[in-house]
Amino acid sequence: MKSAVVVFPASNCDRDAAVALEQITGQKPVMVWHADSEVPDVDLIVLPGGFSYGDYLRCGAMAGQSNIMRAVKEKSEQGVRVLGICNGFQVLTETHMLPGVLIRNAGLKFVCRPQPLDVVETQSVFTCKYAAGQRVVFPVAHGEGNYFADDETLDRLEGEGRVVFKYAPGENPNGSARDIAGILNEKRNVLGLMPHPERVCDPLLGGTDGRAVFEGLLEALG
Amino acid sequence: MNAPVAVTPEVVKDHGLNDAEYARIVELLGRAPTIVELGIFSVMWSEHCSYKSTRVHLKKLPTSAPWVIQGPGENAGIIDVGDGDVCVFKMESHNHPSFIEPFQGAATGVGGIMRDVFTMGARPVASLDSLRFGEPSHPKTRHLVAGVVSGIGSYGNCMGIPTVAGETNFHKSYNGNILVNAMCVGLAKADKIFYSAAKGAGNPVVYVGSKTGRDGIHGATMASAEFNEDSEEKRPTVQVGDPFAEKLVLEACLELMETDTIIAIQDMGAAGLTSSSSEMADKGGSGIEIDLDKVPQRETNLTAYEMMLSESQERMLAVLKPGREAEAERIFKKWELDFSVIGYTTDTHRMVVRHKGEIVADMPVTALSDAAPIYERPYVKRKPMSGKISFEASRPVMESLLRLLSTPDLCSKRWVWEQYDYTVMADSVQQPGGDAAVVRIHNTNKGLACCTDVTPRYCKANPFEGAKQAVAEAWRNITAVGGKPLAVTDCLNFSNPEKPEAMGEIVAGLEGLGEACRVLEFPIVSGNCSLYNETQGEGILPTPTIGGVGLLKDVHKMATVAFKRDGDAILLIGATKGHLGQSIYLREIEGLEEGAAPPVDLKLEKKTGDFVRAQIEAGADTVHDIADGGLLVAVAEMAMAGGIGAVLRGQFEADKFIPFYFGEDQGRYLMAVPADKADAILAKAKKADLAARHLGFTGAKNDKGEAVLTGVGLPPVTVTALKATHEAWLPEYMKG
Repeated sequence: MKSAVVVFPASNCDRDAAVALEQITGQKPVMVWHADSEVPDVDLIVLPGGFSYGDYLRCGAMAGQSNIMRAVKEKSEQGVRVLGICNGFQVLTETHMLPGVLIRNAGLKFVCRPQPLDVVETQSVFTCKYAAGQRVVFPVAHGEGNYFADDETLDRLEGEGRVVFKYAPGENPNGSARDIAGILNEKRNVLGLMPHPERVCDPLLGGTDGRAVFEGLLEALG
Repeated sequence: MNAPVAVTPEVVKDHGLNDAEYARIVELLGRAPTIVELGIFSVMWSEHCSYKSTRVHLKKLPTSAPWVIQGPGENAGIIDVGDGDVCVFKMESHNHPSFIEPFQGAATGVGGIMRDVFTMGARPVASLDSLRFGEPSHPKTRHLVAGVVSGIGSYGNCMGIPTVAGETNFHKSYNGNILVNAMCVGLAKADKIFYSAAKGAGNPVVYVGSKTGRDGIHGATMASAEFNEDSEEKRPTVQVGDPFAEKLVLEACLELMETDTIIAIQDMGAAGLTSSSSEMADKGGSGIEIDLDKVPQRETNLTAYEMMLSESQERMLAVLKPGREAEAERIFKKWELDFSVIGYTTDTHRMVVRHKGEIVADMPVTALSDAAPIYERPYVKRKPMSGKISFEASRPVMESLLRLLSTPDLCSKRWVWEQYDYTVMADSVQQPGGDAAVVRIHNTNKGLACCTDVTPRYCKANPFEGAKQAVAEAWRNITAVGGKPLAVTDCLNFSNPEKPEAMGEIVAGLEGLGEACRVLEFPIVSGNCSLYNETQGEGILPTPTIGGVGLLKDVHKMATVAFKRDGDAILLIGATKGHLGQSIYLREIEGLEEGAAPPVDLKLEKKTGDFVRAQIEAGADTVHDIADGGLLVAVAEMAMAGGIGAVLRGQFEADKFIPFYFGEDQGRYLMAVPADKADAILAKAKKADLAARHLGFTGAKNDKGEAVLTGVGLPPVTVTALKATHEAWLPEYMKG
C-alpha cells in the first residue's frame, strides 16, 4: 500500500501519521507539500492534524483553498482513499468532501484526553478490522471538534451507515451532534475523524486501538 | 518618539538607570549617549539581561559534569544523553507580562523558551510549566488562571509540542504577582549544535522570521522593576504571540541547520535586536554593523529606538558564511518568512547601528556585557522559622484526607492539562499526573524524564533548606519514574534585591541550590532570574523553581504512580519522623503556616534514590515519591491513578496518626511490588542501611466489592469517593 501525507504549514501530526503508516504498512509515506499541485500515485492520502496556516480563520479554511487540496479532491473522486484526522477532518469539511462543519467545542476549551469511542460501522476499509460496536480509546486533542450539520444531513449520514465512530454515550468531549466522532463520504472512500488513531499504535503510548484503522487499509489496499 | 529625544535626567531615570550607572555610560562612551544608545544600555543593563544583583552569587553554582556539553551562558544548556543524542533545555520566567495580560504573556513565554531551544539546533520535544497564582478568593485569580492556561495551550498546541508536566499552586503572596515559568526540552545531534558566537569579520548578519513592530518595547526593563498600581498601563509592553509564525520559523531554522551555512544563530528574545546582535558579537569577539532600514517592519515610521528595543516575537538573527545567503534565503522563502541581510560582522569590537543613513548608535560591544554593573547588594539572612507546632491530635484522619485532596494545591490539575495537547509527537510515554513526564527519544527505547518542582512555603521558612528541597524533589521525581537525574535548569523567582532581607533570601537560596546540586551531582546548565516580584511592597514567597531532566535507558523499565495489581505489597522507603512544620496539613487543616521546613539530608537522599532506581531497573513498576500532603496523600494518589484500593497496617499510637500520615519528611518513596518480592527488597534496603517497612497491601475492597482505602485509624473510603473529591475543586472553582 502506497501512501502520502500532506504537509501544510503548521501541520503538526504529519510525523505521527508517517510513523504509524510506516510501522504498520512497512512503507514510508511520501510527504507532499501544500504548495504542490499534484499528489503522487498512491492508494491512501492522509491529511494530518495540526493548525494549518495557523487556523486563524476557521479551522481548515485556508488549507481548503490550497493547491494541493484541489489535487486531493480529484484523486478522491477517482476513488483514492483519503483519511483526514483532526485538522484533516476540518479541511475535509471545508472542501465539502465531507458534509457538515466542525465548530468550537461546546466547553469553549481545547480538550486533550483519552477518549472512549464506539465503532458503529465496520463496512468501510477504514474500520473493517474492528468488530461492530467495539469500544476503543483514541486520544482527542482539539479546540474545534464539535460536529454540526442539519437534521436531514445527520439522518442521512446515520441512515447510510456513514457515521463510523461515535463518542461513547455520556463521554462526548465537544458537544458533537449525535456524538459523531468520524464520518464517511457517500462513496465511502473518504473518512474524517477528530480523534487520533495514529497516536495509539504503540503499547507504550497508552494502547494500540488505532492500529486496526491502518491494518484495515493495508488489508484492503495491499 | 519620532523627533529625536534629548537625553535629560528625567529620561535617564525613566530608563531605570541610576546616576552612577549613567555616569558609567558616559565614561564608557567618552560622551553622552544618544537616545538609542541610552535605550540599548537600559535594556542590556537591566536586571533581566545583566543579572547585576545575582551574578556574584550565581558564579558559585555547580555547572559542570562529564555529561554537560554546555552550561549557563548560552541560549540553553546541553547535556549528553548518549548515542550521539544531546538534550537541550531551559526554563524562563514570564511573570510580569502574564500578570498584565495573562493569555499573551503566557503564550509568548512558551514561544520564547522554545526559540531558546531550537536556536541551538534542537527540535523541542516537551514543554513544562510551573505556575503560581494568588489565593483562589482573590478577585483576579480565576481570570489569571483561565488566561495563562489557555495562552500556554494555544501556543504549545499549535506548535505541536506536547505540554507534558508542570505545577499549578496558589498562595496569597502571588496575589499581585503571579509566576509563569515555562520550560522547554529539545533533542539534537551532538555534531549539529549551534551556538551564538559570531566569530569572524565580514560575515552577513541575517534577520529571519516575523516582522518588527512596536510590541514589547522595554519588556526587559519592565521585568526588572516592582509592580505598582499603574502597571496595568504597561499592557502595550506585552508582546503578542503568533505560534503559526513560530512553527514556520522552527521548521525553517531546522532545515537551514541541515546545511552548513550558519556561523552563529540566536533568537531575538528579551531586548530583541539589541541583545541578540550585541551578545552574538560579544561572544564571537567581533563587532557588528547593522542597518535598520533593512529590518522587515510591520508598522510605518518605526524609529531606530523602537526597532532596537522592540520585543516582537518569532524573530531570529543568524550570521551566515559569506556567499551562502541565497541558499538560506530559499529555505525561508519556502516557509513564507521574511529574510533580510541587515548587516555584517566586523573586527572593530563595536556595535554600530545605522538608520536612514545616519549612525544612531556606536558603542563598544563589551560596554553592554563585561562592563555592565555588578552589585554586591547588602543582605541579611533571616533566622529560619522553627519552633514547636501545635495541632489537634484527635482529628479524624480520613476526613482530613478528603479535605486535603480537594484543596487548591493538592487537587487534581486535570482541568489544566486537558487544555494542553500532551500526546502530539507520539512519544509521551508518561503523561501528566505522574511524578515526572517521560518523553521517548524518537526512534529509540531511551526516554527523557522531566519535571518542575519547588515548595515555596519551605523556602519562606528557610530559604537554604527550601532551595535544597526544590532540587531534591526534582531529583526524586525523576528517580521515581526510573530516570537517572542528569541536570537542572532553574528559574529563580524572588522579590526586590535592593531590600536586604529579600537579598538574603536570594543568597541563602542560591547556597542551598548549590549544595544540593553538588551532592546530588545534578548540575545547573541554564536558567534565569526573575527579581522584583513584588507588588506595592509585598514580596512573593521565594520561589526558586527547578526544572529537572533525567534519562531512562529503556522506557520499558519505567515506573508510574498507579497501583496495577491487587495484592501487591506497599513498601515505604525512607524514614518517617512525622515532620509537620510547614506541611500542607498544618496550613489547610489547622490554618497555620508555622514551624521549620523539613530538612533534607542530601547524602541519604542520594542513597535512597539510587536504591529505588535500582529496584525499578530490576522490574518494580509502581513507585511514587512522597511530597506535598505526606504519606497518606501519596497512597491515595496511587489508588486513584490505578482505581485500586489499599489497606495500610501499622504499629503506632493513635496520637501519632497525624504526623505519620501527613508529615512531610523528605527523601521517601512508596513502592507497590508483588507480595512475594517484598521481603527481598526490604532485606536489600536493610543491607543498604535504609529505613524501609511493609506498609500494607493493594486491592482492599468493601463488601460491595468496591475498591477502598482503609487501614489502622482509617475508616474505609471508596477510591471513587476519593477521586470525586480530588477531581471536583478546580473545575468547580473555574466555573465561578
